[in-house]
Amino acid sequence: VVCGAAGGIGQPLSLLLKQSEHITHLALYDVVNAPGVAADLSHINTRSTVTGHGKEAMDEALQGAHTVVIPAGVPRKPGMTRDDLFKINAGIIRDLSEGIARNCPGAFVLVISNPVNSTVPIVAEVLKQHGAFDPRRVFGISTLDVVRSSRFVYELDNSIDPKSTRVTVIGGHSGVTIVPVLSQIPKQKFTKDQLDLLTHRIQYGGDEVVKAKDGAGSATLSMAYAGARFTSAVLEATVAGKAGLVESTYVNLHADEEGTAAFRSKTHLEYFAQDVEFGREGVSKIRPLPELSAYEQTLLDAAIPELKVNIAKGTAFITDASKI
Amino acid sequence: MVKVVVCGAAGGIGQPLSLLLKQSDLITDLALYDVVNAPGVAADLSHINTKSKVTGHGKDDMDAALKDAHTVVIPAGVPRKPGMTRDDLFKINAGIIATLAEGVAKNCPGAFVLVISNPVNSTVPIVAEVLKKHGVFNPKKVFGISTLDVVRSSRFVSEVNPSVDPKTTRVTVVGGHSGVTIVPILSKIPDFVEGLSKEQLDALTHRIQYGGDEVVKAKDGAGSATLSMAYAGARFALTLLEATVAEKTGLIESSYVNLDADVESTASFKAKHGLDYFALDVEFGKEGVKHILPLPQVSAYEQTLLDAAYPELKANITKGASFVTSA
Repeated sequence: VVCGAAGGIGQPLSLLLKQSEHITHLALYDVVNAPGVAADLSHINTRSTVTGHGKEAMDEALQGAHTVVIPAGVPRKPGMTRDDLFKINAGIIRDLSEGIARNCPGAFVLVISNPVNSTVPIVAEVLKQHGAFDPRRVFGISTLDVVRSSRFVYELDNSIDPKSTRVTVIGGHSGVTIVPVLSQIPKQKFTKDQLDLLTHRIQYGGDEVVKAKDGAGSATLSMAYAGARFTSAVLEATVAGKAGLVESTYVNLHADEEGTAAFRSKTHLEYFAQDVEFGREGVSKIRPLPELSAYEQTLLDAAIPELKVNIAKGTAFITDASKI
Repeated sequence: MVKVVVCGAAGGIGQPLSLLLKQSDLITDLALYDVVNAPGVAADLSHINTKSKVTGHGKDDMDAALKDAHTVVIPAGVPRKPGMTRDDLFKINAGIIATLAEGVAKNCPGAFVLVISNPVNSTVPIVAEVLKKHGVFNPKKVFGISTLDVVRSSRFVSEVNPSVDPKTTRVTVVGGHSGVTIVPILSKIPDFVEGLSKEQLDALTHRIQYGGDEVVKAKDGAGSATLSMAYAGARFALTLLEATVAEKTGLIESSYVNLDADVESTASFKAKHGLDYFALDVEFGKEGVKHILPLPQVSAYEQTLLDAAYPELKANITKGASFVTSA
């Protein structure tokens, strides 16, 4: 199911998912226009069935879902941070999470809606309220930061292949919380100035697009690409049973209690983006933090307090409301 | 360098089409041209981790966008609203296509030109006539993209008979790209038509011919087919690049072309029907059209479809050609 399927990300994302061989039924849900987008996509000559569901049909859209991808919500305008979107998008995500708890509590939930650092905790808290939270099944999609890292690194050194060079990106999905571990790229020889430039560009890649679009929106096509890449990896592992697939993703660290015990006790973070190995159950293993350069350690030190605030904001949006 | 230009890149078809093209390993430079918003779309796409370079060009930058292009794909123009035929778009889109064709003649006269803008039956002749005026028309290099009719055929056939694999079953679609000019040759699919009643065959043929209307209606004023058209357009463009850049042989797609692209194969057809343009299965080569496959053997039912298509096509072609020659 794609929630927000008629939007700027939702439409191209749905187009890419329509081409997947692992999907038998692609359900498009949105407050307006979903039936039209569904009719359009349904003409593509792959086997999956496509259905479109409007505002009043959320339950029907989510019923029996294996995976729910959520790009729904409003995008940034120039000058806005992802956090500025919180007021609007938090409510949307909460409502969709309620729908998931009701209709497909065992589904894999892939969150694109910003601010991801906060919306993933919102999903988790709603599912917890319904006794339906499995930390191995809820993911914040931070893949675009990985995609940007691979591309920007290639622009600076074209001996590095952007397609095959994966970069581990840890932390979160906004500004200073994005920590690309460039020191781990094989054979890289960037100077300190280049690392500064690259890191900043990766962290603010989203702003770069918001500015270039000049009020017309934020990254949609590259986000669709990254979202589809991540979704395909999850499906390959959970449907096709393919082993050994790894993507950086923002998850609740209880998805791997053992692997994250030391990190959690040291940082007191419940959520963090890290390289995750997929299995049939979703998260199979959260990899330990890679070896960081001194520079990357300072980035991480700046990221942690910001992340703490973002996580508390998202969590409190649900837990405070339930106290009323 | 293999430069591919998308004219109308910020539109409903242009954006997802450009996304699909950004993933090709055969393209080194992807230039996005549109009257508004192209730089923003380019910035977005440029972050994708494939090697091609993406540039965005606004209204006053058409020449730079087109300079030295290997291939130009044109989805530019306005889409239909409920109740409109593709022909109703003619007034607006004809001018847009003519202007772009002038740009091609000036900046990349040897480029392959792939036309999506409707009404294709008329816009392809417009491109040809403009290029002829400049002495640069090569019929082997100008194509009307009718691939969405093939895609729809494959899909709708598999909905009627699920033992048919939609992905691997190619359907030859001849004629043109609108309503009655779309003639799917379903009789060529092994073990298919024999299992259908006349009602089913009618319904299926009608659905393929009016697939576009089905989406326009479902979108209820919000547009026409964009995502499926992007898919079909990318499929056609990438197949052509496989042949012209990677030099892969034996690739075939149904496409609306000027029949002089293969004079020998089409001479008798042209003489019989008086049509300069027709969609047929085309075999690609380095030069573009290598060979136009002859009209396949058709059933009696398909012959009646063809008979209805010919006069409509003639009118569409004349309308397009005279838009340029009478100007």
